[in-house]
Amino acid sequence: MTTQPQDTVISMQGVHKWFGDFHVLKNIDLEVKQGERIVICGPSGSGKSTLIRCINRLEEHQRGRIVVNGTELTSDTKNIEKTRRDVGMVFQHFNLFPHLTILENLALAPIWVRKIPRKEAEAMAMTYLERVDIAEQAGKYPGQLSGGQQQRVAIARSLCMNPSVMLFDEPTSALDPEMIKEVLDVMVELAEEGMTMLCVTHEMGFAKSVANRVIFMDFGEIVEQNDPHNFFNNPKMDRTQLFLSQILSH
Amino acid sequence: MNDIAPPRTNPFAADKILSAATQFLVVAAVLTGGYMLFVTTQGNLEARHIESGFTFLGHEAGFPIGDSLISFEASDSYGRAFVVGVINTFYVSVLSIIGATVVGVIMGVAQVSHNWLIAKLAEIYVEIMRNIPLLLTLLFVYGVVLAGLPSVRRSFEMFTGGYLNQRGLYLPRPLPLDGFGFVLAAALIALIGAVALIIWARRHHDRTGVAVPSVRIGFAMIIGLPVLTYFVVGAPLDWELPALKGFNFKGGLVFRPEFAALLLGLVVYRGAFIAENVRSGIQAVGKGQREAAAAVGLAPGRTMQLVVLPQALRTIIPSTTNDYASLVKDSSLAVAIGYPDMVSVGGTMIGQNGQAIEVIGMWMAIYLAINLVVSLLMNWANLKAQLVER
Amino acid sequence: MAEVFVAAPDLPPPPSTVGVIGWLRENLFKGWFNSTLTVLAVAFLAYAVPPLVSWFLIDATFIGDAETCRAAGGACWSFIGAEFKLFMVGTYPNEATWRALLSGVMLVVLFVATARHMMSPLVAAILWLLLPIPVYWLLGGGFGLEPVEPSRWGGLMLTLLLAVIGVVVSVPLGVLLALGRRSRFIAIKSLSIGIIELVRGVPMITILFMATIMLPFFLPEGVELGVLHRVQIGIIIFSSAYMAEVVRGGLQGVDKSQHEAAAALGLRGWHTTVFIVLPQALRDVLPPLIGRCIALLKDTSLVIIVGLLDFLGIAKAASQDPAWLGFDAEAFVFCAAIYWTLCFSLSRYGRSLERRGHGAFRD
Repeated sequence: MTTQPQDTVISMQGVHKWFGDFHVLKNIDLEVKQGERIVICGPSGSGKSTLIRCINRLEEHQRGRIVVNGTELTSDTKNIEKTRRDVGMVFQHFNLFPHLTILENLALAPIWVRKIPRKEAEAMAMTYLERVDIAEQAGKYPGQLSGGQQQRVAIARSLCMNPSVMLFDEPTSALDPEMIKEVLDVMVELAEEGMTMLCVTHEMGFAKSVANRVIFMDFGEIVEQNDPHNFFNNPKMDRTQLFLSQILSH
Repeated sequence: MNDIAPPRTNPFAADKILSAATQFLVVAAVLTGGYMLFVTTQGNLEARHIESGFTFLGHEAGFPIGDSLISFEASDSYGRAFVVGVINTFYVSVLSIIGATVVGVIMGVAQVSHNWLIAKLAEIYVEIMRNIPLLLTLLFVYGVVLAGLPSVRRSFEMFTGGYLNQRGLYLPRPLPLDGFGFVLAAALIALIGAVALIIWARRHHDRTGVAVPSVRIGFAMIIGLPVLTYFVVGAPLDWELPALKGFNFKGGLVFRPEFAALLLGLVVYRGAFIAENVRSGIQAVGKGQREAAAAVGLAPGRTMQLVVLPQALRTIIPSTTNDYASLVKDSSLAVAIGYPDMVSVGGTMIGQNGQAIEVIGMWMAIYLAINLVVSLLMNWANLKAQLVER
Repeated sequence: MAEVFVAAPDLPPPPSTVGVIGWLRENLFKGWFNSTLTVLAVAFLAYAVPPLVSWFLIDATFIGDAETCRAAGGACWSFIGAEFKLFMVGTYPNEATWRALLSGVMLVVLFVATARHMMSPLVAAILWLLLPIPVYWLLGGGFGLEPVEPSRWGGLMLTLLLAVIGVVVSVPLGVLLALGRRSRFIAIKSLSIGIIELVRGVPMITILFMATIMLPFFLPEGVELGVLHRVQIGIIIFSSAYMAEVVRGGLQGVDKSQHEAAAALGLRGWHTTVFIVLPQALRDVLPPLIGRCIALLKDTSLVIIVGLLDFLGIAKAASQDPAWLGFDAEAFVFCAAIYWTLCFSLSRYGRSLERRGHGAFRD
């Protein structure tokens, strides 16, 4: 199925979310077009993780609309499952299935969700493992891999479902410094191949080199968004300036 | 350059002598103590005219046993009486293991349910049963619950031709006639067929991606085929009905209140502990696992089957095997309510001939043998359960 | 010049998602399966709870004799009140009951003092180990107090006595067995393993039978040991094996680096064990140790089978009293309530210890 380059992949309109009485997302309006690479940054507690988790319904929004690839996210399970097939997510703590081999981790969803025969699924899994440069670990278990290797496997696992959007929730925050680069390299390659990405991260170097939009969130709202050059050099809001001065000072 | 030889260990070094001497002393102390114990015991036994040795097992028992799976008369031997006890121990242990597992799994899963009411009720059940002694529960069930049953004359009659009263639950006993062999054959065929179906379904799924609900079909076959055969062959079962003769019912299958109380008490008590194991096993599987499964599109049922349960079982199985071992030991409480298990029967035997040492020895041997089997199973399960790590 | 960002105000959440309605939807009626379960559960409660409440409270008699109770039809709590002393201390002589009370007070005081860290762990351990001495004197008499036969000790007092003495003596024995199991001397190691596995592999009742029936055979002529003492010994033996396994877990859990650090300081084998490893091991396994205490408290109820009238035994016997016939349920319920309170409180305490970082897996 071909999509026009300017098609909107994700549309969030007037989205609000509460955790109990705590108003965690306030009036979020966001349009993500095909092929866009968006970095979301902000202080902790600003709601950035919650925002992207609403996109694949790991969190439920209470007001507003979220539409992903033409399907609106409601409590209808069919819509939720369809959305989750289209949207891939990479977690901060990898969340690989420890009781399955790397190959089985990747093949699990294609076999049971897309109902692909095992041999086909495993062959496809191997190609993705090769893509993230970790094919030789296919028979190992997650516990035998380093953090960076596990995260690359996690990325491959999401890619196996052929998503049209990839969500990254602080993918490098739990990694030792020397492993951050290998994961970022994979993400850069993905971006260059045209994958639509939303990335919550503190890696500002990645934002500057890869993103075509940077969104700054604070206290549940989108404070400012711009292309990286203008975002980092000419921040408009005082909050943004404060945040940038804090994180870029070291 | 000459190789320097390693220093020769001095067999007479001070600490070596010390350790050898300590071991020698310990062994000597144990042997001496053992010998003194032996002599004293001999003397005491003689003074009380108590026999030694196992020849008593051939003597006539002289007491009846109320609840036995094999035939037993008072004129049978002590040995046979003990065997009856051992069989009963196994019988009630196996049934209570099955029952407690069912209860435990249901209550454990209920505790992690999203439904607040169900979770709270399960929690209350678990917290109550775990903090009350088993014997108390047992005596309560036996003394209060079962005492509420009607007398023999006023038996509660059930539509299947069964009767419920203080002396027990009486049900018709099935007597197989000619032709019942076909039903058994059908059951066997269904079992083989179900297994073959499940294996084939897995291969089919691997090949084509199509999932066939083979487990459900298999179950239906195992139950349905024999039942169908039964009716087709013309219902080849006769029934021995319990009938009131004098003061008691005779005939049919009997489930005595002692047995029922013991079974119920054990199931309800251990079920709470197994529920705790199940609950903590499931909760130990991190939220992230469920989220990752959901993010990749797996439905909740598949998530449970493929991601949560395999990981949860790794902690549930070892601790539950422990509970099974405890259940077998707990069955010895039968002596408190008069169900003739191994300890009950043995206790009666000791009361009659005083040969406590032999009987206690037999108990220990059998319980230790059971424990050994359970230990081996647990070690095997533990090995299988280990996650492969670097 | 930067724009000042005006934050949007916090809004209250939509009513259908919070408050009572939101809670009900989320927790009780999420999906048809859950809703069905809720309905069934409520139906079950509606069926079971009202008769229980009327038995427990509404129709119950709190003051009055057996006749009044039977007439009222509900629970007869006055039975418990009338026989309260029996439940608490069995057939202990009335004039000496103050001694039982004093022992109980000493136990409670020591427990609270230990729990609140009012003294160093070493002092606490010593006090606990010494506790049996004044307790046995108070309960048994002699040396200035009127003697009371152990056969008259009963009720909750007896249960607590058996359990507390059981724990206090079995912990040091368990430590010895655990150390023995880790010994490099084959003889000691095999002996320890043999004892531990033998005792843990058999039901407690067989140990009690062994203690009550077989022990007299082992004693030389003229030496007599009362039933109570034989049973206490049996309980101690049984508990020691389980304590040994708990302690062994703790010893294994102490990091190897501790041994290395001690060796680097020049400490020899048993010094390391006693002064470095053991204190850490015991502190690490405090929660499971408390778990064993709870288990022992419940297990002492088995002594009714060998003829002692502990708390459960009294409950069973009291309902056979001709003056109060037919009130078994009340006796058992009262008994269960007390056991539950003790065990649940102990388990709460154990859990709070774990949270405060006494478990082996604290950070």
